[in-house]
Amino acid sequence: MNKIETRDVHLYYKDFHALKGITMAIQPRTVTALIGPSGCGKSTYLRLFNRMNDLIEGVKITGEVIIDGKNVYGKNVQTDALRKKVGMVFQKPNPFPKSIFENVAYGPRVNGMSDKKFIEETVERSLKQAALWDEVKDKLKKSAFQLSGGQQQRLCIARALAIQPDILLMDEPASALDPISTSKIEELIYSLKKDYTIIIVTHNMQQAGRVSDDTAFFYMGELIEYGPTKDLFTKPKKERTQNYITGRFG
Amino acid sequence: MTHLDTELQALKTDLLRMWSLVIDQITRGKKSLLELDQSQAQLIVMNESRVNAYELKIDRDCENLFALFNPVAVDLRCVLAVLKINTNLERIGDNAESIAKFVIDVDEHSFDKKLLEITKVVEMYERGCEMLVDVYNAFDSEDATIAKSIFEKDKLLDQINHEATRTITKYIRENPDNIEQALLVLSTIRKLERLGDQIKNIAEEIIFFVEAVVLKHASKSRRTPL
Repeated sequence: MNKIETRDVHLYYKDFHALKGITMAIQPRTVTALIGPSGCGKSTYLRLFNRMNDLIEGVKITGEVIIDGKNVYGKNVQTDALRKKVGMVFQKPNPFPKSIFENVAYGPRVNGMSDKKFIEETVERSLKQAALWDEVKDKLKKSAFQLSGGQQQRLCIARALAIQPDILLMDEPASALDPISTSKIEELIYSLKKDYTIIIVTHNMQQAGRVSDDTAFFYMGELIEYGPTKDLFTKPKKERTQNYITGRFG
Repeated sequence: MTHLDTELQALKTDLLRMWSLVIDQITRGKKSLLELDQSQAQLIVMNESRVNAYELKIDRDCENLFALFNPVAVDLRCVLAVLKINTNLERIGDNAESIAKFVIDVDEHSFDKKLLEITKVVEMYERGCEMLVDVYNAFDSEDATIAKSIFEKDKLLDQINHEATRTITKYIRENPDNIEQALLVLSTIRKLERLGDQIKNIAEEIIFFVEAVVLKHASKSRRTPL
């Protein structure tokens, strides 16, 4: 069964038609890269899955967005519960002004967990999953702001993992990082794939090629081409895809 | 034109220059064999180092393109095709040189020119030259249809090569004191048959570059021209 599916999704920001009939299916425990020029709709598409677009005034959405067989825009869907299932990591690391430990413990705490041992175990597990534990285990009480940019981003990933989501959305998670930190994030994405379904927005073509199983190319709100990454980057079917990935766009 | 376009164009231009040189080597080889012209054959041997120099330069340029530009899609296929065509052209150059060495070694006064006639080696040479020019044009114009026509043309080389064993055996029976010359001509025929295979490899690379279709080890029906 598809983990995620969108069926003829249209999204409007007031008069602006940002997504035009997107139909796409994403398999469980895969990494899907969304690529395309700025303003093509890829981040808007990403934010469909945790209903982040709902927070923007004047948004209208039609079509179906289905996760595990259920339309997340259907009646009786609780966005809080949805966002526990669908974690998100943003372009710029955005740790809370708290300690490293409290950043990761925050999710379980606001979800009603108070057992100290459980929270400690969750923090350790999440930091290990985010490949950050060895670097921070001796300074868990220090401010998260003392970490480097790359470490802060992995902390944000650990924070997202602490609430045990099924799906991770990543909006250009390495674009503000140096090559070493970028490489660590990419390795992390690769290792997380065995447990999570990951969707990543990236402007870095090589990154999309390295980390993803499937790639979707968006242009002006339309899904132009979607398929296995290795096919899309060696023999794209559409000329617009080829022009974009080879840098001959426009 | 992007920076990558400029680099790719320079790479293609170098490959076409190498290709022209290899065509010259093969054409000159035919002439030198037909006329047993040792000076032409020596020129081929001398020019072989130029072919090798091109091979090294194109290899290095492909390596740089991979490392610096991370080409994808048609650009990636272009660099991969250039890399493999480069290797095949160098081997064709090697064959031209070894045939030239045979011409240098042979005694032009005692050589039995009948051998060239009965084995159809000259006809083979002509077809090989024609095919090499065809793939040059196919690459230059990025025309997969021309490349696909090569597979049919190669059949003549295979046929002559197939008949050569019987022809040479018969010749040796009739001329037992001229075995060495007969075997040298047979060895030239084998090299020209290999030339046909190398040109077919090049044609496959052009089709891969232009149409993203892999024909290597494909059945004969898939190679049929459109």
